[in-house]
Amino acid sequence: MAKMLLDFEKPVVELENRIAEIKNYTGEKGIDLGVEIEILEKRALDLKKEIYQNLTPWQRTQLARHVERPNALDYIRMLFTDWLALSGDRFFGDDPAIVGGIGKFEGIPVTVIGQVKGHNTKENLARNFGMTHPEGFRKCLRLVQQAAKFHRPVISFIDTPGAYSGIDAEEGGQAWAIASNLRAFAQVKTPVISVINGEGGSGGAMALGVGDALLMLENAIFSVISPEGCAAILWKDASKAPEAAEAMKMTASELLRLGLIDGIVPEPLGGAHRDPQGSAGALRQELRQVLQALQQVDPETLVELRWKRLRSIGSSK
Amino acid sequence: MVGSDYMFKDLFRKPQRYITVRSDAMPQEKGTLWIKCPECGEILYARELEKNLNVCRKCSHHFRLSAPERLAITLDEDSFLELDADLDTVDPLSFPEYKDKLARAQEATGLQDAILTGAGAILGWPVLVGAFEPHFIMGSMGSVVGEKITRLAERAIEKKLPLLLFSASGGARMQEGVFSLMQMAKTCAAIARLNEAGILYISVLTDPTTGGVTASFATLGDIIIAEPGALIGFAGRRVTEQTLKEKLPPDFQTAEFCLKHGLIDLVAPRQDMKPTLARILSLHSDNIERVDN
Repeated sequence: MAKMLLDFEKPVVELENRIAEIKNYTGEKGIDLGVEIEILEKRALDLKKEIYQNLTPWQRTQLARHVERPNALDYIRMLFTDWLALSGDRFFGDDPAIVGGIGKFEGIPVTVIGQVKGHNTKENLARNFGMTHPEGFRKCLRLVQQAAKFHRPVISFIDTPGAYSGIDAEEGGQAWAIASNLRAFAQVKTPVISVINGEGGSGGAMALGVGDALLMLENAIFSVISPEGCAAILWKDASKAPEAAEAMKMTASELLRLGLIDGIVPEPLGGAHRDPQGSAGALRQELRQVLQALQQVDPETLVELRWKRLRSIGSSK
Repeated sequence: MVGSDYMFKDLFRKPQRYITVRSDAMPQEKGTLWIKCPECGEILYARELEKNLNVCRKCSHHFRLSAPERLAITLDEDSFLELDADLDTVDPLSFPEYKDKLARAQEATGLQDAILTGAGAILGWPVLVGAFEPHFIMGSMGSVVGEKITRLAERAIEKKLPLLLFSASGGARMQEGVFSLMQMAKTCAAIARLNEAGILYISVLTDPTTGGVTASFATLGDIIIAEPGALIGFAGRRVTEQTLKEKLPPDFQTAEFCLKHGLIDLVAPRQDMKPTLARILSLHSDNIERVDN
């Protein structure tokens, strides 16, 4: 059961709790309330559908940032076998906000890189709230180049409020690290699939997002600036973030309609955090399909198609 | 080296007025005779300041330049031919207030968007050159800016000519959302292709170069030059200060800071920029013919 509840989740969770209580009670007392339970369960399902099929961009933002939302490590656990975690950028350090390694996806070795947020304060402090340092971006670059050497496909998980901004990050060339990834990923001769599983925050997200397919989970977000930041600039009022979330067109369905992403991975009703296994199952299906298609293409053609795809964005004339 | 498809436009016409970016750094207000240097407080005679390439004669503070001013002091006289001047900026997200903002910026700067690109020559050396207009919505990069840089890089590959970009930008343009982010990826991919073709790319970072421009093509130059004192960084200083809740070192995110940390090749004062560029071009001049003036 969810520990942290968003406002719009409450009615559903309350109803589900009541159903669980009744089931418990009837089980203990040996009373048959099957019909009543069925009615309540149907009502809970209807309520869920009503709420989750009409989420506002701001509500999706809250789901995308939900502390219990499955992170890259959760998906790695659920989707890959023989996982071997790899560390370090070979220059400076190992960024705890970036997980990387090799595993098998349905028997095929793949390289996985991902931004990781924590599920609680302690984890978040250890993982710097998913904010990548320059050494994290460089670790990604190293692992992607390694993947290309062995013709291993790459799967990247994107979930960050943004690249870390601090003195050490600036000294370490944060902008240089991001730019180098954008340049290198554009030409790496192996399939690259990017999945925005949570919060796709600006350049820090983009740095793991150049590839052959950019997918978003149904409730993930992707934007050039946080809605709070946008609202502060536009209306000098960060509390107008819900309006900014509307204006920026940052949800999966809007970005697909604009042709900026390639696909949406459906989430279980109620969001990925209510059913991580279900969410991983849907992602598995999508990854299988995309990977199979990309593996048919020879590396040179892959890079050329990747360029054509990028080249066409924002060239209206 | 100039094809017939190049469109000539009078680029050195003076914009009528400017958007206020940082009022203390705006010397060019039309009709202003005297300008106070924001750095040292010296009162400068506007005409003299302009003659001195908009550098304070007392403290060497480098005032921001508009894109036409930048090209005028960098390129040989009458050598510039503008390219892709006809790209229309659209409002793909129907973003609040964007159309008005664009119209105001276009009127104030006389430019279509935040960058001027074209072909020109520096002391006879031909280049494909782009200069950001810092007064056009903070010189931010949206689809048109990304497209013009990409086309310029493609042209550089096609004509086998060096690419030179002067950045002065607040970063990705918020009003075009993920379209702007994708321009970071697109311009970097274009530079990757330029590298494959063995074409020289010189990136000059001027005040200010931040955000999504720093985090894309601007930091991928074969040679990266900065103007003295220029603000260069990823995150805004205020953002960083708020996140860290501590005072930042005084030289934080300056050209000199970047030089110290090995992020750029050299800091060149504005007076030395043109000869420096010419020397770099001459050092990479295999198969490139100098054009006569």
